[in-house]
Amino acid sequence: MEKLFLNAGAGLEQWMVSGLGLSSIIANLIMVVIQVAIILTFVLLNVLYLVYLERKLSAYWQQRLGPNRVGPRGLLQTTLDVIKLISKEDIVPQAADRKVFKLASIIVFIPAVMLYAVIPFGKDMIAVDLNIGVFYFIAISSTTTIAFLMAGWGSNNKYSLIGGMRSVAQMVSYEIPLVFSILGVIMLTGSMRMSDIVAAQSDVWFIVLQPVAFLIFFIAGTAELSRAPFDLPEGEQELVAGATTEYSGMRWAIFFLAEYSNLIAMSALAVALFLGGPAGPWAPSWIWFVIKVYIMIYVFMWVRWTFPRIRIDHLMHTNWKFLLPLSLANILVTGVGIKIYQWFIQ
Amino acid sequence: MEMSRSQLQDKNLKTQEITINMGPQHPSTHGVYRCVLTLDGENVTNLENVMGYLHRGMEKLAEDRTYTQFIPYTDRLDYLAAALNNIGYVETVEKLLDIEIPERVEYIRVIVSELQRIASHMVFIGSYALDINGFTAWMYTFRDRERILDLFEIISGSRMTLNYPRIGGVSHDLTEDFIAGLKELLNDLPSCFDEYDGLVTGNEIFQARSKGVGVLDAETAINYGISGPNLRASGYKFDLRKAEPYSIYDRFEFDIPTGENGDSYDRFVIRMEEMRQSLRIIEQALNDLPEGPIQAKVPKVIKPKAGEVYHQIEGAKGWLGYYLVSDGSTKPYRLHIHGPSFVNLGVYPEIAKGGNIQDAVVILASIDIVLGEVDR
Repeated sequence: MEKLFLNAGAGLEQWMVSGLGLSSIIANLIMVVIQVAIILTFVLLNVLYLVYLERKLSAYWQQRLGPNRVGPRGLLQTTLDVIKLISKEDIVPQAADRKVFKLASIIVFIPAVMLYAVIPFGKDMIAVDLNIGVFYFIAISSTTTIAFLMAGWGSNNKYSLIGGMRSVAQMVSYEIPLVFSILGVIMLTGSMRMSDIVAAQSDVWFIVLQPVAFLIFFIAGTAELSRAPFDLPEGEQELVAGATTEYSGMRWAIFFLAEYSNLIAMSALAVALFLGGPAGPWAPSWIWFVIKVYIMIYVFMWVRWTFPRIRIDHLMHTNWKFLLPLSLANILVTGVGIKIYQWFIQ
Repeated sequence: MEMSRSQLQDKNLKTQEITINMGPQHPSTHGVYRCVLTLDGENVTNLENVMGYLHRGMEKLAEDRTYTQFIPYTDRLDYLAAALNNIGYVETVEKLLDIEIPERVEYIRVIVSELQRIASHMVFIGSYALDINGFTAWMYTFRDRERILDLFEIISGSRMTLNYPRIGGVSHDLTEDFIAGLKELLNDLPSCFDEYDGLVTGNEIFQARSKGVGVLDAETAINYGISGPNLRASGYKFDLRKAEPYSIYDRFEFDIPTGENGDSYDRFVIRMEEMRQSLRIIEQALNDLPEGPIQAKVPKVIKPKAGEVYHQIEGAKGWLGYYLVSDGSTKPYRLHIHGPSFVNLGVYPEIAKGGNIQDAVVILASIDIVLGEVDR
């Protein structure tokens, strides 16, 4: 059970080389393509389910029912929503910058999918186990900012412009405490490779050793994802829909799907770095991965539906005057702690 | 940290103020209201009210309706506090006719007024929280408001636009269901108010968004003619129910919550407290409810003598006044409605200048306007 996917993959490759007579290079290439397809399918199916889950959870917290008509318990809601969105008229505002407007929608989705290359789905189930895995993750997730800027500028709408500017300010600022909080984990592990980090948590999870870092990661992660209470770029009550105001139909749906894809990726990173990754008793590792990721997603959603939105100047203050010094202090304490621990064992 | 405008211009970097329209179609302008904002980045440098999108010509319509026919129209003024509008109008006509109202009617009107005040403040709390994206609080307040609306349906047949009082009395008597439901509600509401306190008032982010935002000092408030909870939040303790008691309010014991700073947080907290005080009034009125007729002896065709009268009550938003001129016929010669939201909105440009767009939204929510009353 544990090695279900690994064995299936190895078996398939073996069959391609011996049964079909393909050279091992081509078999390898085909395996890579299949892996990409499977990861994409996993992500998209999860995103589909998450949209439904958010609506259901928010409904229960607000004493209402949520989608419950379409399909059993409303499960087919998102599928039919996507079908509806595909059939909508493609409106591009006349005065908008057409190329930028159209490209923004595509560019937002690309990093959201590229992040999954370094996520540990199970034991030995990382697509590409880079020796700078975490660094790759952070670098790629930052490029999402460009898409929002393009959307805000290309729409030729004052509201969108304000939304795009806010988005850039927020995402760029909150990158820093996010990275610094991860630095503590990397210091404890001694490497940036995802599988090393997961292996280093076999005795005790890093959330126990680095509780402050986890908290900072959670807050900065919520800001990176532009989720409430940090959803200023989208500020519905002030800017209608912020940078994505002028998008309709499938173009908007891609923004929406990218947001949830980022949510899963960020939760997966939190699980890998702080919650012990895909490991646990009795069940196979990949089932533990899914369980832990969904626990993180539940907490993200819980926070979203409880708190009001933070103001732009408070946002900046919280980041530069609170989170950043706190994360630096965390690094200091971690460094001192590591040294003391080393003396202690000597 | 920030370069001054002149320094930027020296470097050939031009910044430009943008003029942006908020409304009339906007998720958080509380109705069809429009304001024209001039923004410098995120800061509001100028704000201009544009009202009139909901003008229906109520005052002109009044000249063509008999006194009783106009009562349903008053429901639609401040549609979130319909009973208060009705009662204000009816008391004005009764003042002109100079008739004596039965005791039971007075008590029933007080109970319905205070229930309506609670319902109106619940909408305020919900929409304030909604405007800062605390979505869940809105659902909770509306859940409890449903119970009040159900009670209204029992006595008047309608949830929001009650059309309940008549000139000289009320249209239907309180039933057993109503009194039983009201007693149950009085038991449950205090814990609901504590729930709102826990979810919204005590929340760090909510307090950071509201404290110090849109400060209105008492002198400016009086100069602009602000009334109601907004005036009390600025520190001036004045409530028409205590200062110039009308109806039978002088028989009840209740406090008048007053704020200190005049910021949005105070305006919010005052209305929370007012709801609790309204509960006290309802309890006392329910205990002392006498038996008796529900309609005074009023002629079938209401023809007041020629003259004029002005009567104001403490509405949910402030002083709700009616100025009635009669020429001796069955229809008013002139009816002017002093809508408190219209006057309160006048101070919005002044207190929103200098803040963010987000602050402007919060300030508008804290002033608590209803467009029906602003535009009539």
